[in-house]
Amino acid sequence: LKICVLVKEVPDAAVEKRINPSTGRMDRSGERNLNPYDTHAIEAAMQVKEGGEVEVEEIIAVTMGPSTAVRALHKAVSLGADRSVHLSDDALAGSDVVATGYALAKVLERESPDLVLLGQQSDDGECYTIGAVVADYLKMPSLTQVIKMDVTEGKLRCERQAEYGYDTVEITLPAVISVGDAINEPRYPSLKAIMGAKKKPLDAVGIDDVGLEADKVGEAGSKVVCGDFKAPPQKAAGEIIEDEDTNETVEKIIAWLDERKLLA
Amino acid sequence: MSGILAYALHYEGAFNKNSLGGVSEAARLAEELGCEAHAVVIGDVSDDLAATLGNYGVTKVFRCADAPEGLAQPVVDVMAQIMDSEGHDYALFGGGLLGFEIGAGLAARLNAGVTMEVTQVNVADGKLTAERPIHGDSSISTSSYKDRGIIIGRLNAFETAAPSEASAEVEDVTVELSPFSTQATMVTRGEQRGADVDIEGADILVAGGRGLGKPEGFELCEALADALGGAVAATRAVVDAGWYPYSTQIGQTGKTVSPKLYLAAGISGAIQHKVGFQSSENIVAINKDSNAPIFEYSDLGIVGDLNKILPKLTEAVKAKKG
Repeated sequence: LKICVLVKEVPDAAVEKRINPSTGRMDRSGERNLNPYDTHAIEAAMQVKEGGEVEVEEIIAVTMGPSTAVRALHKAVSLGADRSVHLSDDALAGSDVVATGYALAKVLERESPDLVLLGQQSDDGECYTIGAVVADYLKMPSLTQVIKMDVTEGKLRCERQAEYGYDTVEITLPAVISVGDAINEPRYPSLKAIMGAKKKPLDAVGIDDVGLEADKVGEAGSKVVCGDFKAPPQKAAGEIIEDEDTNETVEKIIAWLDERKLLA
Repeated sequence: MSGILAYALHYEGAFNKNSLGGVSEAARLAEELGCEAHAVVIGDVSDDLAATLGNYGVTKVFRCADAPEGLAQPVVDVMAQIMDSEGHDYALFGGGLLGFEIGAGLAARLNAGVTMEVTQVNVADGKLTAERPIHGDSSISTSSYKDRGIIIGRLNAFETAAPSEASAEVEDVTVELSPFSTQATMVTRGEQRGADVDIEGADILVAGGRGLGKPEGFELCEALADALGGAVAATRAVVDAGWYPYSTQIGQTGKTVSPKLYLAAGISGAIQHKVGFQSSENIVAINKDSNAPIFEYSDLGIVGDLNKILPKLTEAVKAKKG
């Protein structure tokens, strides 16, 4: 079994997110980190490998993004991936979710994975959607927000929560699966793994290397035009109490609730 | 012919509330655009039930009885074929997990533009534009489409219209499913996990999240809810972890509530949870992380250790109420 894990570098949650008003794109400077949801996808791949039910030949981390995205790949490798592929090209800048999914699918086609895993959402934007786009281009079955995944020969049995409760779905491989954060507790990389990550093979590719059509990506190839950013209607800021003396804090809460007749 | 096609999810003989919102929104927008809105239903839907979508303003309902309901990819096949043959310019989905999957797959199939988590759709120069809050709801971005557009609503974003007496024409369609669309099969659907608890009628909800630390942490919430005369709710994270019943879950794939008081303990307040309770009259949050997003939209925020605060608050509420 060959597993590809799609990863993405996102702004660190602790850093303020902002849009560059002149381009309408996310300002991608500042602190970056591996998308936390993607660490669950790597962990899921590792658990398949270590589970012994099927033999995993290789786990490959794949990303698309500027040169800094290499750090996300290093992190992915330190968490267990055997090697990584970095798609980077100026022509990709400004790609929307469909263009991005198309580009990633072209990278994945070269690898012919049996299983593609990714995090169900990224901290910086597109929710739930990229997996379904990639799957349609690869013509593979797909399921998102999976919280339990059992692999047997040529097949997956997945569970997820949907509109009406928990669904159990059986899927034939190859398949594209996005995982939720309840699927596992990602391990911490060992110091040795962190130090060794930069030595693992990293394949840097451009759009010509993966044979993707340049007119289907980038700003020109994207079908959504995003712009006209505005601030949401501001709700009056709430009162904040820093709890120092809990008895005092509780008194304040009680007074606040009582004022609003919530203790009647 | 241009037009808008809305997907209507159904289960056990009733349409999904968010789908009815999406259908209503499609009809409203079509009227403004001067075109028709249609709906699509998959699987076993009676003539009568399908026709009731006309109550919300669509003129025609396409029914594909042969495709399985509950999985996204067969619906992508069905909607792509209908949109191509009928010339719909837009597809619209009410808030819901399946809508995200279908919409994204459909956008890839049709090479269309897609916007998710949409909170408002407008008509400008004879075309639709979609507003979407981004980056933790700190900014709103407007999407427009070069060609066809796929619009996926945020949970509860689209209001269901007051039903009229109008009925929709039901047209059966046959679609050959893509080979990969039939590679996933539903084994069980809609399994309920944990006790069946009714929280929708409660005026006061005490909700617990991962910050409770362990399943037993819910005992603190239960004691406070008892004192306040309310019920206990939960986030998806703790429900998926098996700490509390699915029936108490608030948010994207759970329930939507608007009590007089929503007291969130150990909840960071991710968008997927927020959409389920943001219309509550009063929101109180207790969290030890002062950077938790929930403090940005709570009316009263307490930065502190819930293990210290909740027991004392429970006692104080009891004392106050006598």
